Amino acid sequence: MKLWPTMVRQAGVEWRISLRRFGEVMNPLVFFLATVSLFPLGLSPEPDRMAGYATGVLWVATLLAFLFAQARQFRAEAYNGVLEQLALSPHPLALLVVAKLVVQWVILTLPLLILAPVAAYALNFPVQGLSTLLAALTLATPTMLALGSVGAALTVHAHQGGALLTVLVMPMLVPVLVFGARATDLASAGSAPGGALLWLAMLAVLSVSLGPFVIAAALRQSLA
Amino acid sequence: MAKAKKLNWFMRWFYQMASFPHFYRWAGRYAPWLGAVALLLIGWGTWGGLVSSPPDYQMGDGVRIMFVHVPSAWLSMMAYTLMAVAAGIGLIWRIKLAYAVAASCAPIGAAFTFLTLASGSLWGKPMWGTWWEWDARMTSELLLLFLFLGYMGLRNSFTERDQADRVSGMLAVVGVVNVPIIHFSVEWWNTLHQPASVTRLDQPAIDPSMLVPLLVMTLGFTCFFAWALLTRTQGEILLRARQARWVDEL
Repeated sequence: MKLWPTMVRQAGVEWRISLRRFGEVMNPLVFFLATVSLFPLGLSPEPDRMAGYATGVLWVATLLAFLFAQARQFRAEAYNGVLEQLALSPHPLALLVVAKLVVQWVILTLPLLILAPVAAYALNFPVQGLSTLLAALTLATPTMLALGSVGAALTVHAHQGGALLTVLVMPMLVPVLVFGARATDLASAGSAPGGALLWLAMLAVLSVSLGPFVIAAALRQSLA
Repeated sequence: MAKAKKLNWFMRWFYQMASFPHFYRWAGRYAPWLGAVALLLIGWGTWGGLVSSPPDYQMGDGVRIMFVHVPSAWLSMMAYTLMAVAAGIGLIWRIKLAYAVAASCAPIGAAFTFLTLASGSLWGKPMWGTWWEWDARMTSELLLLFLFLGYMGLRNSFTERDQADRVSGMLAVVGVVNVPIIHFSVEWWNTLHQPASVTRLDQPAIDPSMLVPLLVMTLGFTCFFAWALLTRTQGEILLRARQARWVDEL
C-alpha cells in the first residue's frame, strides 16, 4: 500500500470538493473582515488607539474565523456517509485526515494571509510588524486547524455543534493566541520576536505530528 | 488441564473494581466513612482556621479565606487529572465504570473550580483592591473552568450514553495534555503584562499555626471530594445498570 499516492489522491478529491463549495469556503474570510471592521466602530477609529488594539483584534478575528469555518467541518461528510467510508477504507484514517487538513489549510490560510495585511493597514498597524504578523499567522494556523479539527471531530454527532466547538477549543487555543499576539506586538514595537515565534513553531510541530492521529481517533470514537 | 493464571493482587483488584455491582457495594461501604472523616477534619480545620490560628500580620483576618481557597484550588486540579485518567482507562481498557467515574468527577471538579474563583475573588477585594485581576493563576483557573464546562457540555449533547462516554473521554485526555501548555503560556503572558499598580504581597514562610489547619482542611476537602465522587458514581451506576437484575434486588 503506497501512502504518498493515496494522500495525493485524497487531497485532489478534497480540493475539488472545496472548489465546488466556493461560497462556503469564502464565508470565513468575509467573517474575518466583518469582525475586524466591528472594532473601529465599537472602540475608536482614532489612528493612535487603533494601533494599540490592532494586534489583539487581528488575532482574535483569526481565531474566530477558524472556529467559524470549522464548526461544520466534518458535518457534510458525516451525514452523507463519506466519513464512514473513509474510516472503513484500508488506508490509515490519519493519512486521509492529513490530506484533508492540508487542503483546508491552503484554502483557509492563503487568502487570510493576503487579507491580513489589508486588515492590518486599515487598523493602522505599524508596517514594520507586518512580516512578523504573516510569519506568526503561518506558524499559528496549523495548530488552530489541528485543534479545531479535534473539536470538530468530537462534535460531529453532537446536537449543538458550533457553540460547543467554541467552548471546547477556546481554552486550548489560548497558547496560540498568547504567543502569536506577543510575537506580533514585539515586532511592531521594533524588537525581535524570536522566542514567541519559536514557541509557535513548537506548537505547530506538535499539532501537525500528533494532531492527525488524535483527529482520526476522535472521528472513530464519534462513529462507532 | 489448563490451570487458570493466578492474578496478582493489583490486577485482581483492578478487574473486580471494573464490575458495577462490586464497585457499588464497595463504594457504599466506604463512602459513609469518608464522609464522616471529611466532616471531622473540616470541622477541626474550620476551628483551627477561624479561631485558633492568629490573623496574618499583613492580611489580618482576610488570610482566613485561604483555608477554603487553597484546598479548593488543589481539588479543582486533582479532579481534572483524575477525570482524564479515568477517561483514559475507559478508552484503553473499555471499562464502563471508568467512564462513570469520569462523568461523576466533572461536576464536582467544576464546582471546586468555581469555589476557587469565587473565594479568590473575595480574597482579592480586600487584599489587592479588586475583585478580579488578570493574574496568571486566576486566569489559568478560569480556563480550567471552561475545560470542565466544555467536557460537561459535550457529554450533554449526546443522547447515547456510550457515545457520550467515548467522545468526552477523548476530550478529557486531549485537555489534560494541553493543560500544562496552557498554564505555561498564561504564566509567560502574565510576566510580560504584569500591571504595576497592584501591590503584591511578598510571601513569607507559612507559620505552623496556620499550616496545620490548612493541611487538615486540605485533607478534609479531599475526603469530602472522595465521598462526593463515590456517591455520584453510585448514582451513575444505578442509572447505567438500571435494567440489571442486581439493581432490582437492591
